[in-house]
Amino acid sequence: MAQILAVDDSASMRQMVAFTLKGAGHDVTEASDGTQALTLAKSKKFDLVLSDVNMPNMDGIALTKELRTLPDFKFTPILILTTEAGADKKQDGKAAGATGWIVKPFNPDQLLATVKKVLG
Amino acid sequence: MAIDMEQFKVTYIEESLEGLDNMESHLLNLEPGSRDEDAINTIFRAAHSIKGGGATFGFSNISEFTHVVETLLDQIRNGEREVTQQAIDLFLESVDCVRDMLATAQGGGQSDASRSTELKAQLDALLVSDENFQPDAHPMPGDSQASPDEQSIASEWNIRFKPFPGMLATGNDVVRMFRELAELGELHTKVNFAELPALTDLGVEDCYLSWEATLKGQCTLEDIKEIFVWVEDECELVITAAPSLESSDSIDSKDRSTDDKPVSGINGASDHGVNVTTAAARPSSLPSENKSKPQNKTTAERRANAESSSIRVDIDKIDSLINMVGELVITQSMLSQLGEEFDIERLEKLRDGLGQLERNTRELQESVMRIRMIPISFAFNRFPRMIHDLCNKFGKKVQLKLSGESTELDKTVMEKIGDPLVHLVRNAMDHGIETPDKRAEAGKPETGTVHLNAFHQGGNIVIEITDDGAGINADKILKKAIQRGLVEEGIELSQARIHDLLFQPGFSTADEITDVSGRGVGMDVVRKNIQALGGTVDVQSTIGKGSKFTVRLPLTLAILDGQLVRVGDHTYIIPLVSIVESLQVHNKNVNAIAGKAELYKLRDEYIPIVRLYEAFHIEPDSRSLENGLLVVVEGDGQKAGLLVDDLLAQQQVVIKSLETNFRRVDGLSGATILGDGTVALILDVAGVIRVSQGRISHHDSINANGVAA
Repeated sequence: MAQILAVDDSASMRQMVAFTLKGAGHDVTEASDGTQALTLAKSKKFDLVLSDVNMPNMDGIALTKELRTLPDFKFTPILILTTEAGADKKQDGKAAGATGWIVKPFNPDQLLATVKKVLG
Repeated sequence: MAIDMEQFKVTYIEESLEGLDNMESHLLNLEPGSRDEDAINTIFRAAHSIKGGGATFGFSNISEFTHVVETLLDQIRNGEREVTQQAIDLFLESVDCVRDMLATAQGGGQSDASRSTELKAQLDALLVSDENFQPDAHPMPGDSQASPDEQSIASEWNIRFKPFPGMLATGNDVVRMFRELAELGELHTKVNFAELPALTDLGVEDCYLSWEATLKGQCTLEDIKEIFVWVEDECELVITAAPSLESSDSIDSKDRSTDDKPVSGINGASDHGVNVTTAAARPSSLPSENKSKPQNKTTAERRANAESSSIRVDIDKIDSLINMVGELVITQSMLSQLGEEFDIERLEKLRDGLGQLERNTRELQESVMRIRMIPISFAFNRFPRMIHDLCNKFGKKVQLKLSGESTELDKTVMEKIGDPLVHLVRNAMDHGIETPDKRAEAGKPETGTVHLNAFHQGGNIVIEITDDGAGINADKILKKAIQRGLVEEGIELSQARIHDLLFQPGFSTADEITDVSGRGVGMDVVRKNIQALGGTVDVQSTIGKGSKFTVRLPLTLAILDGQLVRVGDHTYIIPLVSIVESLQVHNKNVNAIAGKAELYKLRDEYIPIVRLYEAFHIEPDSRSLENGLLVVVEGDGQKAGLLVDDLLAQQQVVIKSLETNFRRVDGLSGATILGDGTVALILDVAGVIRVSQGRISHHDSINANGVAA
């Protein structure tokens, strides 16, 4: 069981991600934007962060950058959830220190497969 | 694991509708040429979420449509495109269109595909209208961009993998990649630590190792690349097929991957890495081929889900509810303890306990009611858009002012008040506000104002719709009323009475019937709808200055503040809101009009007396006016005095519908059960007045009221 932080401003996406991961036995903490996620990250360790890109207040790219400055998150896998199939967002994410990405739309099985891959 | 996506659709639809409202309000505030980043970003994000969720939850039509909108917005956001009026209008139409699609998704009906197709064509046209713009070349997820080369299958691959020192700091674990490689076939690895520096120079977070691996198994170059796709730019990676290349056999995996395309790939490029079945296939990835394809859900399933409506509740409200229940439990245990060994000495304690129970119950009731309360901004939010559209249509200039948007009222009342409000605002736009030239002539600013205001007053919510337009022409109304035979010629009517004629059935003063108002759905329907909610509507107007429509509604439909009154053996409930005052009758103030009606002189006003025992055919204590009490009530803008035997307590009563349990009865709005278990009927004041006046002619009643008003 892993501690996973799921960040998305869309409640339905959060709900889907959380439900799926909880069903697989993980502990999921939800945040609706980067600012909230960062606050949570400062008080708790996570094994994996899944973050949307486009969010109010602080987007996923900025969140990734911020997380990488925290000692606890230096090597933590951070996956960017993005609908942009174009390379720019993935590259932005990578440049900010993200581990990888999951392209939306994805279904629960695809999400689980990727998470399993990353967590080992 | 099979996960039913249906459960998330309700949330998706709700959040998308909210997103659309948000888009709409920001679009309405957006000026052509604007560079308001916050607003544009907010609009973009909303479209982006709707598109993303649409694709995820199986609404491909919504997702495809919104994709174009999103692309345009993205260009605007990146400064590649100007905000034009045309774009704003198209976006606003798109908002409506997506709203329809969502409604269809919710209700399971057929959406108007032609409208969205047409709109999409217009958006596409806008998209290519910009010469600098290269048509969207994004591969949709699932479109395999792999070159034929990458699809070729070899049975043995040599892989040289040398991470850059910083790769680990992106959270990518080398072990993960080799584990995945091992799943593709038989893997042999050799680690090279030649570059490992001396311990003193070693950066603890850096990677100095490189690997050489041989992979034996039926897989494509792409399968292998897929594993390293996240670290492409953070390593040196050389993959070569071992000399004995087999390219003609084992087409199997290629075919499979083609079949898999509708299930879009996790990593964008393709599905191969996940779904290809090789000798060492991963069982965990197999189910994804068959399950959870939301597109396949039937309409019926969708419908079943959509019908349950839900409400968002502030967490504070829930907390206070839980708090309250806690106190109730304490009171209950206290009382049951008292009951176990009760003797008369402890009566005082019992009284205290019961008092506490009463308080708990009342507080609990109030907080439960508060859960159903939502701010009126939900109803107000549609007006900026409506005014915007109507201004274009009429060539009028109108500024909308909203105040008191946070005033809360019951969700059911809110849902039902929407249409009457729309009608009133349309009327204000159509009949009230003048065209800019006419306004200028009258010495008014060219831009008119429509003001929506809401506030609480007693147990009611009051909504005022004020315009600074032409006002209501009383002469014109009177003429029309006489023409229609609603009023006899030569009768003097007060200004207020004339204005009230607007609410008579079939009354329209529109000289020309526009498609906005004057469609035959008149003010009488507005009043009827509002009355059905237990509310009232009236109008004040001054020629040349404007009009004000005031709507009064109960905060909730479930509970009513009532005055209990007694007539003979029966108890009736009069809604407290309709009571003006109660008084003892002095015979000198009673004027009887022979054979028709009795009037009571209340200060400088004459009001008809309604003897309730007559109206309900029951036996009173006394038939004499002086022995009873007169409850002065107001309903439909008309006052009347209800004769009762006695006034009892005032209390909140829970309304039970007569219609569902029995049938509709004129003069009664419902029933309730009193503390002693008896049933009491709730008076519909306007109805009682109407019923009692059924005996006297309509004209006389207007006349009688108009005399001294």
